[in-house]
Amino acid sequence: MSAAVVPGDAGRGGLRVRDLRVDTREGVPVIEHLDLDVPAGRVLGLVGESGSGKTTAGLAMLAHTRGGLRIAAGSVVLDGTDLARLSETELRQWRGARVSYVPQDPTTALNPALRVGHQVREVLDHHESGIAVAERWRRVQAAFEEVGLPTDEKFMRRYPHELSGGQQQRIGIAMAFVTWPALVVLDEPTTGLDVSTQSLVLKTVRQLTDRHGCAAIYISHDLAVVVEVADEIAVLYAGAVVEQGPAAELVGRPRHPYTSRLIAAVPDLDGRRELKGIAGAAPSPDTRPDGCRFAPRCELAIDDCTRELPPFQDVGQGHSARCIRAGDVRPAEVRDRMTQAADETPEPLLVVEGLDAGYGPTHVLRDLSLVIPGGSCVALLGESGSGKTTLARTLAGLHHQAAGTLRFSGEDLPFGSHARSRAVRAAISYVFQNPYSSLNPRRTVGDSIARPLRVLRGVDRTTARRRAAEMLERVYLSADYADRYPDQLSGGERQRVAVARALISEPALLVCDEITSALDVSVQANIVELIDEMRHELGLTLLFVTHDIALVRNVAQQVAVLQGGAIVEDAPTERLFTDPAHTYTREMLDRTPTLAS
Amino acid sequence: MTERQDISGWEFAEPEVRATGRARGLLRNALRVRRTQVGLVITALVVGLAVVGPFLAPYSETEFVGRPLAQNAPGTLFGTDYLGRDVFSRLLNGGVSVLILAVLCTLLGVGVGLLVALVAGYGRGWVDELLMRISDVLLAFPAIVLALLFLAIWGPEPWAIVLTVGAGHVPRVARVLRAAVLDVSSLDYVRSAEAMGLRRWSIRFGDLLPNVTGPLMVEAGLRLTYSVALVAGLGFLGLSGLEADQADWGLMINENRTGLTVQPWAVLLPVLAIGLLTIGTNLVADGIARAAAGIERRADR
Amino acid sequence: MTIGRVVVRRLAAGVLTLLVVSGVVFAAGLLLPGDAARAVLGRTATPERLEALRQQMHLDDPPLGRYWSWIGDLATGNLGDSVITQQPVTQLIGERATNSVLLMVLAALVATPLSILLGTWSALRRDRLADHATSLGTLVLASLPEFVTGVVLLFLFSTVVFRWFPAVTDATRPVLEQPAVLVLPTVTLVLAVSPYITRMMRATMLEVLDSEYVHQARLKGVPERTVLLRHALPNSIGPVAQVVALQLAWLAGGIVLVETLFAYPGIGEGIFQAVDNRDIPTLQALVMLVAAFYVVVNLLADVIGVLANPRLRAGAR
Repeated sequence: MSAAVVPGDAGRGGLRVRDLRVDTREGVPVIEHLDLDVPAGRVLGLVGESGSGKTTAGLAMLAHTRGGLRIAAGSVVLDGTDLARLSETELRQWRGARVSYVPQDPTTALNPALRVGHQVREVLDHHESGIAVAERWRRVQAAFEEVGLPTDEKFMRRYPHELSGGQQQRIGIAMAFVTWPALVVLDEPTTGLDVSTQSLVLKTVRQLTDRHGCAAIYISHDLAVVVEVADEIAVLYAGAVVEQGPAAELVGRPRHPYTSRLIAAVPDLDGRRELKGIAGAAPSPDTRPDGCRFAPRCELAIDDCTRELPPFQDVGQGHSARCIRAGDVRPAEVRDRMTQAADETPEPLLVVEGLDAGYGPTHVLRDLSLVIPGGSCVALLGESGSGKTTLARTLAGLHHQAAGTLRFSGEDLPFGSHARSRAVRAAISYVFQNPYSSLNPRRTVGDSIARPLRVLRGVDRTTARRRAAEMLERVYLSADYADRYPDQLSGGERQRVAVARALISEPALLVCDEITSALDVSVQANIVELIDEMRHELGLTLLFVTHDIALVRNVAQQVAVLQGGAIVEDAPTERLFTDPAHTYTREMLDRTPTLAS
Repeated sequence: MTERQDISGWEFAEPEVRATGRARGLLRNALRVRRTQVGLVITALVVGLAVVGPFLAPYSETEFVGRPLAQNAPGTLFGTDYLGRDVFSRLLNGGVSVLILAVLCTLLGVGVGLLVALVAGYGRGWVDELLMRISDVLLAFPAIVLALLFLAIWGPEPWAIVLTVGAGHVPRVARVLRAAVLDVSSLDYVRSAEAMGLRRWSIRFGDLLPNVTGPLMVEAGLRLTYSVALVAGLGFLGLSGLEADQADWGLMINENRTGLTVQPWAVLLPVLAIGLLTIGTNLVADGIARAAAGIERRADR
Repeated sequence: MTIGRVVVRRLAAGVLTLLVVSGVVFAAGLLLPGDAARAVLGRTATPERLEALRQQMHLDDPPLGRYWSWIGDLATGNLGDSVITQQPVTQLIGERATNSVLLMVLAALVATPLSILLGTWSALRRDRLADHATSLGTLVLASLPEFVTGVVLLFLFSTVVFRWFPAVTDATRPVLEQPAVLVLPTVTLVLAVSPYITRMMRATMLEVLDSEYVHQARLKGVPERTVLLRHALPNSIGPVAQVVALQLAWLAGGIVLVETLFAYPGIGEGIFQAVDNRDIPTLQALVMLVAAFYVVVNLLADVIGVLANPRLRAGAR
């Protein structure tokens, strides 16, 4: 082990990463030029969108790589020891003991066949075998207590599937902290959790790093979450850190165009910034351009940008950016958004009265009533399990087990698409959450878009193809996309196709079910822009279903808050945000992380 | 439910997963797999032998050309069988029936299995339940025992062989394809078709079937392998569906096996032919399975 | 304990399966073209002989009544008389059943651990030479019909190349007095079922080894041995148990060809004889025996599967 000890850097030295590179088997770098410093007791936020290499970077902190990747160069020095130079046997002494990892999805990361208490104790069994078993149990109990889990025997003997998602994630955190490590890497630990659970987990992480004086790396795609928990932030784009600095400083005064645009794409809870996406898509490792990776999407790019990867420029206050035009980067514009006031007493397009819906014996919606005025955008806000998708699907005729009345344009609307007339089926369109599963992989894009026209409007093949090509252009894809298959498209492009398919039958009501939740923030903003534009151009009425309260402020004129299958608050957007009436709404507003904090 | 997932796949360092490529692409990918190529060559050789063989045979399959079980009978390539007929001529004549019957069994089994899967994997609850209960029960019969019972009753007629062997495939094929159909039918593009108010059968053929061609082709390959094995096995038990003195690879093994010591060719040649054929078809099936990402080769029969 | 409830449920399902199977098997008898007695005895039978057989087969009773009495007899162990030898089928079966079970248990005892070891080893050597060799070898073996493998074994080890083991069994002596006759049939059956279990074990093991919780165990610094024994193996037993069960059930059919090939006096050879003689009542009884064996094996596999999966063990509803 002596070879790996870096002189003069022993003790509680925190983490120091220098010039780290991880390659694929073919030698293509997935991450490179990675330099990070995390002192003991500090939290570094590592922010990146999908494909940026953030998980690869996180695992590399444990000198671990996955699926044919390998650490090709550089050092990962923790407490004076370079982990990248240790053998697997030596690393085993470190992993779990001095450096630990909290994975993204606790449902798959816990062994389904082992009791949770044992799973946590196992770490001590291997790393602290010197202490008595009873003492190890006490340590496990203490760890459970620290993360706010019950410590009784009965809870310890549970299996992972008997716990909620939030509890499972806390088990993962307890497991990471039980050995009092020097470094903890947390990889999107709150993704998929509700806002309130997320806020608890974030608080716990912060407390634990303070109490144990350990360094932590918090990886996330969500800049707002990272700002909440991190002291410093490093922004990762296409395998390289493009900007790093103190959290508030970096968010308030971004000096890399990507950071600046990323901030603009994050929905603003205060509603003072206009939501703006980034055109194009991030390159995959084998298509990364020479020079600055962001140059092809950058508005400030000049010829010099494409020559070589720009070095870090110190912009003061411990803040540096990999941009030769760092001085010209401006923060996202803050300006008074047009308050999207609802039109004067519009006719209601859809009226829901006393709706009950469920699956088998389970009731999901109870006596629910809702009015959607014509020409406006109504947001349906709810967390997972609130019944929002069930409501959306019932309206679209995809859920039959329901009772109550639906009225559409003054006419009775039956449940189930088969009971509805062709005209009504054409008038209510649906865009699904996941663009990766909502397009038939065996149909060309043009075919998928033309289908509703042929089925619902009886249009002939040639005309339908022509109209589909026009529709593609309207959603800012070129007409030659018509001959492509979905697997040749990026997530954002697929969702545009899904929108085109929903709009081609010229519907009056468009139901959007979490349509951006599978997309990166920069792409999400683009889709939201598109939807908004279409609404104005086509005079659509929108039901925008989402779990993201910040997003709501940027799209809707009216918000219905759904909790436990009932609408607890229904108000115009501005009033809901300035003067929330229900405690649940207030709680959500309080606990949603914002960039401003 | 995870509200947001990293679907790009790169974070897990996997190449982009193409869960369901287009059918033509799947075959092209399969052809790039070495074992598909080897399997196709082997299969083509054996099929060629069986199809062209009857025209090349030096003697008739029923002609007596020498004394029984002679390894070096004059005028023969591989000697004579237990009645003194030319082994080589009987080998050349004995493959067609196995091939035709096996292909028919496969078509019947996979075809009906697919229909059951399309109904059961995308239907109302009780239909699904009922069809799967029935197939559970039918799974209880090891295929050959089922075939033997009915063949003993009906006699070894070709149609009875096709019916019993093919029917034996149905529950297994249905089970596999139903799982595939069930997976696909939970996807949103099926919801999208439902929202358009399309009929069930039009969704079954327009959206579900094109997306299960991967498992379907793998099943067809596997069932062909097992059909060859079963048909030949029935021939081995004397249930070949042919006239008494006609040649059949399975039958040849049975009638000549007592003479294995003195005249091994009469047994080894048909064994080789059957073995190569099943290996060939199974290699092709495995190649297709490998090409169709995510489709694991099945582990039961 | 909930495991008891699982057993009761699966047992009930097993009994139901047997009932349905018996219905099909009995109905098959009704499908006999023309008169069953004539079909059995052929055209040359005397009228007296036909009448006697009709009596014996209760052909003049209504079908449902015959079914119930047949079922009742089966349940009480009375399998009826062979229409050929006129002896009770039970007598015919007695020794044959023991012989077959001996063969199948031997094959299972060799094949299961062998395949699980081979599959795990192959998975641990993923994409190396040993893995590719195992993959190709099991694929080729899985393709071969069991009688083809058997003939090759006969050729190699009992007749032409070596003469180590007897080719046939002496039916006049108990099998246990001539244990060498067990070797080739057992090896044939092992070679027939092992490839499937091996491949399933490898696939399941790979999936488990690639799971998040195994990665997480490694990232906790758990030694590789513990990762394998404590985290990977328990989670791969459940799915493999199902395949082992299916393969053992397949054995019940596989013995027909293998026993016939080696002239081994077991149930399988009995089925062949019954088919050859068109002895339908005996055949029906033997098929029911095979179905019963299948139900028992499946029950065992389900119990093992449930025991290996805490989600089912605790929450079996």
